[in-house]
Amino acid sequence: MVDLSVNLCGIKIDNPIIPASGTFGFGEEFKDFYDINILGSFSFKGTTLEPRFGNPTPRIAEAPSGMLNAVGLQNPGVHHVIEHELPRMKEFFHKPVMANISGFGLDEYVECARLLDAQEQVGWLEINISCPNVKHGGMSFGTDPASAAAVTKAVKEVTHKPVFIKLSPNVTDIVSIAKACEEAGADGLSLINTLMGMRLNLRTGKPIIANVTGGLSGPCIFPVALRMVYQVAHAVKIPVIGMGGVSSASDVIEMMLAGATAVQVGAANLVDPFACKKIIEDLPNVMDELNITRLSDIIGGYK
Amino acid sequence: MYKQDIYTIKENTNIARDVYKMRLEGDTQYITAPGQFINISLEGKYLRRPISVCDKNEGEITIIYKVLGSGTAQMSKMTVGEKLDILTGLGNGFDPDANTKKPLLIGGGVGIPPLFMLAKELIKRGKKPSVVIGCKSSVDVFYVDEFKAIGCDVYTATEDGSMGVKGFVTDAMKENNVEFDYTYACGPIPMLKAIYNASDVSGQYSFEERMGCGFGACMGCTCKTKYGNKRICKDGPVLVKEEIIW
Repeated sequence: MVDLSVNLCGIKIDNPIIPASGTFGFGEEFKDFYDINILGSFSFKGTTLEPRFGNPTPRIAEAPSGMLNAVGLQNPGVHHVIEHELPRMKEFFHKPVMANISGFGLDEYVECARLLDAQEQVGWLEINISCPNVKHGGMSFGTDPASAAAVTKAVKEVTHKPVFIKLSPNVTDIVSIAKACEEAGADGLSLINTLMGMRLNLRTGKPIIANVTGGLSGPCIFPVALRMVYQVAHAVKIPVIGMGGVSSASDVIEMMLAGATAVQVGAANLVDPFACKKIIEDLPNVMDELNITRLSDIIGGYK
Repeated sequence: MYKQDIYTIKENTNIARDVYKMRLEGDTQYITAPGQFINISLEGKYLRRPISVCDKNEGEITIIYKVLGSGTAQMSKMTVGEKLDILTGLGNGFDPDANTKKPLLIGGGVGIPPLFMLAKELIKRGKKPSVVIGCKSSVDVFYVDEFKAIGCDVYTATEDGSMGVKGFVTDAMKENNVEFDYTYACGPIPMLKAIYNASDVSGQYSFEERMGCGFGACMGCTCKTKYGNKRICKDGPVLVKEEIIW
């Protein structure tokens, strides 16, 4: 029997597979496909203090081995999440969930973190300082070590739960930002968010996405993500959740060898709603082939 | 509920300019309403291609699609016996039980196909639907005979006047004095808007949007309605007239 479990900041999860925020809603859509309690956890839809409609449509475009999205943090707001989404989620998901929080100012991050910290179902907070699709806020907090540290410090002051900071790849030096978050008290880091991209419609000569630019995700970004996870995991002592194009059990193992303690799966859920289920079912086979008995043993295996 | 399964192509024929009819063999039990769509995975394409269901028979789904990009071009070259990974049972679909005695079904271009299964459902309920079809030119028109064969009155409009009334679907409605007390419409936004403004009767309108997942997870296709934000893929694609915000 292989052991898939990993420890994520003091919370043992059955396996390292966590659907990424923005690709799994609040779990509702996926529970109709399979029992989502097989997951390690999932990171719920990025939540802001106020409800947000997000960007105008079209918000989606095809890319080679991937996709662009510019949803722009559509969400019902933290109060609705606490009053409606979490109680509903309790009926079909019985594990600690990761609360993904976004903001447009320091106060907003802090208030959301404070409110979600008080929710029993929430195991970890994941602070998104890397959304490329909103103006003012979002990614601007994640592209500068000082502001990344400021958000981290402010959030840590109001929560007792482990705080992961979700980092942007759209920076010159992700390691310096990772280190700044670690020094400011982050319990872990999630990386990478999407890479900023763009497509034009040849018939109209205009961008396919109304927002002009969108975030690139899917298998095309996996090597970039792996490289950044490797660099960051070896530069910090806190755990790293690796993500970016992960689509198979072997991708998961590769991410963990590069230094990830757990792995998030994003775009793959959208093209194959059973992606995470298949990965979890396939992991023991791939581990057998590679003579791995305890998945946690391989974390950072490549030095 | 949804179903992900492998379907086998039984037919893939060109029926109008750049328009193809594809029959797919496989499980149809999750297609529960006319106007729902399926989401097709294509080799070498990352996102699935959403296509509305035209008809459903025992163990068989019919779709009609137009070649508009490289994905649909790829589909058009597929041959009988090839297999496709498809998600079915997506979208709310039309409600054929609306309070209507004289339903009018209006389709523009590739908005026509989902109206076929709807017409069949309405006929099953003892109603006699009229159908107005609008296309650019006669070479784009399809399914007139099929609608007639199941008992619908069919009117056509073409922009160049090569078939039926010259102009748009609203012109064909006027010139033929088509009587109706309810509309079901599917087609491009300007057409839907024209129908919306052309009469006071209630109706159901099917919308199109670029989608990520097709089952409500990614929020890629959200629109604003008078009843709140709706995902075209999951809460739509059909909206009732009263909730539409243009």
